[in-house]
Amino acid sequence: MSIDRATVAKIASLARIRMSEDELDCLAPELSGILDWVEQLGEVDTSQVEPMTAVIPNTLRLRDDVVDADPLTGGNKRDDILANAPAAEHGFFGVPKVIE
Amino acid sequence: MTESTYRIQGATGEWEVVIGLEVHAQVTSNAKLFSGASTAFGAEPNAQVSLIDAAMPGMLPVPNRECIRQAVRTGMAIEAQINAWSRFDRKNYFYADLPQGYQISQLYHPLVGEGSLMIEADEKAGIAEPKVIGIERIHVEQDAGKLMHDQHPTMSYVDLNRCGVALMEIVSRPDMRSPAEAGAYLRKLRTILRYVGSCDGNMEEGSMRADVNVSVRKPGGELGTRTETKNVNSVRFVMQAIEHEANRQVDLIENGGTVVQETRLFDPNSGTTRSMRSKEDAHDYRYFPDPDLLPLELDEAFLADCRASLPELPDAKRARYEGELGLSAYNAGQLTAEVEVFARFETLLAEVARSLGKGEKDVATAVANWSLSVAPGVINALGDEANPAHATAEAQAAILKMQDAGDISGGQAKEIFEIVLRTGREPGEIAETEGLKQMSDTGAIEAVIDEVLAANQDKVADYRGGKDKLFGFFVGQTMKAMQGKGNPAVVNQILKAKLDG
Repeated sequence: MSIDRATVAKIASLARIRMSEDELDCLAPELSGILDWVEQLGEVDTSQVEPMTAVIPNTLRLRDDVVDADPLTGGNKRDDILANAPAAEHGFFGVPKVIE
Repeated sequence: MTESTYRIQGATGEWEVVIGLEVHAQVTSNAKLFSGASTAFGAEPNAQVSLIDAAMPGMLPVPNRECIRQAVRTGMAIEAQINAWSRFDRKNYFYADLPQGYQISQLYHPLVGEGSLMIEADEKAGIAEPKVIGIERIHVEQDAGKLMHDQHPTMSYVDLNRCGVALMEIVSRPDMRSPAEAGAYLRKLRTILRYVGSCDGNMEEGSMRADVNVSVRKPGGELGTRTETKNVNSVRFVMQAIEHEANRQVDLIENGGTVVQETRLFDPNSGTTRSMRSKEDAHDYRYFPDPDLLPLELDEAFLADCRASLPELPDAKRARYEGELGLSAYNAGQLTAEVEVFARFETLLAEVARSLGKGEKDVATAVANWSLSVAPGVINALGDEANPAHATAEAQAAILKMQDAGDISGGQAKEIFEIVLRTGREPGEIAETEGLKQMSDTGAIEAVIDEVLAANQDKVADYRGGKDKLFGFFVGQTMKAMQGKGNPAVVNQILKAKLDG
């Protein structure tokens, strides 16, 4: 599979990663190489095999509907939440203006 | 099935409108879908945000059982297939209201599969007969946070309280053909959600919002290209958005243009839609199964509990009101549209039947008329002077009982209810103290009628000579002499006997 420069530029833009022209030039063949290598898996016939969802047989746990039952996964920690924000005002995160 | 006759009149002829709705309904739960933070509306900004909701590294989402349960119950209420095996996927996009950089949703294996609901016939809205609207799927996903743009000159403020709250995305088939059908679908869906208790259906607070897919075609022709108008938050706005968007597409096509598949925004002030340019590039969501979450597997016991907890649903209740209680189709429809309305009706019906010692069927029509027209009329006329807390089932049943016994007239029932609403006094005591009782004593009524007839002998002669219409005059005179307190049925009966005899 061959990834061209435009595809790399698009993926980078969707992921909000800034790429220089040089980087685009060198990433296109690198990504193509990676995909070609992974492509080898296509040689195995998996038509009768269920996709694996986890490496150990396990099922999804569910939590009870209780607010702040565990301080680690509950709310009421605004100062912690905002501590690393580049801008925080009046309890809000501040971000560059985005408007439709 | 009769197809809708709603058409857009274009320069080249008639156009049919094809509508599908994606409704986002906030699941009623205490905590969020994957964290323990509260879902309560109106808290201080960012007070209800956990480390999971803020997408701090290393945090693991664990689904809230109640959110899953409510989505399953909702699926059962629309008779949908429930997928005991489902899975969560990541929908990747960047926006300031979504710190994860992806929404956890269900693309490939939704919790709820194919179902449907029925919209009622509504002649006035051009819906000739009941119509089944297909529902493709319901999946569970996270809501995003909220942005405020008007608080600062150069910054937008982000509140993540809503971020991570559970949503059900309810996706209809493109089965609707007019704004009225879309409105009826939304109202019916909201009714079902409220019956089930899985969403409060409050569109003003944003707990129910619709993405509106609209395309146009020549009647019976190939489907046209659709546009999606995002986040429309009332039934009326959805109908407006469809009408505007359909007309816009017809104009565009007839003027040689083509409809572009795009995301649009609805402006409630102008009732129009406009393109959301920034989203043009955003449709590449690069979905993949969320590696943080194992497949969701539900066992038989869980599903059986969900099913057993379902209440009587709107269609069944409506059918029972018509069939078992003998109510008119109109009354049954009105009484079953809102949970609060049928709850009050059923309480009052039970109370009236009990206090009269009759079956519910025997008193249902009287109680329905009281609940739908008499009582609301009195309450609305009083406005702020009415204290709704005084309108207990006991008080209303006492009034209906006096009326049933012929002790009070319909007019007196209203007057007594009015005093009840103002003061909370007991209806029987009001009737006595305020003289709001009608006389059914045949002896006394006969005496009054004799006087009336004696005083109007010329008219009695005219009546007997064939002027039937004078009967109303005698009734009026009798009632006037009794200060309006005569039992009309008794008065009529005695008058008739005396005049004809």
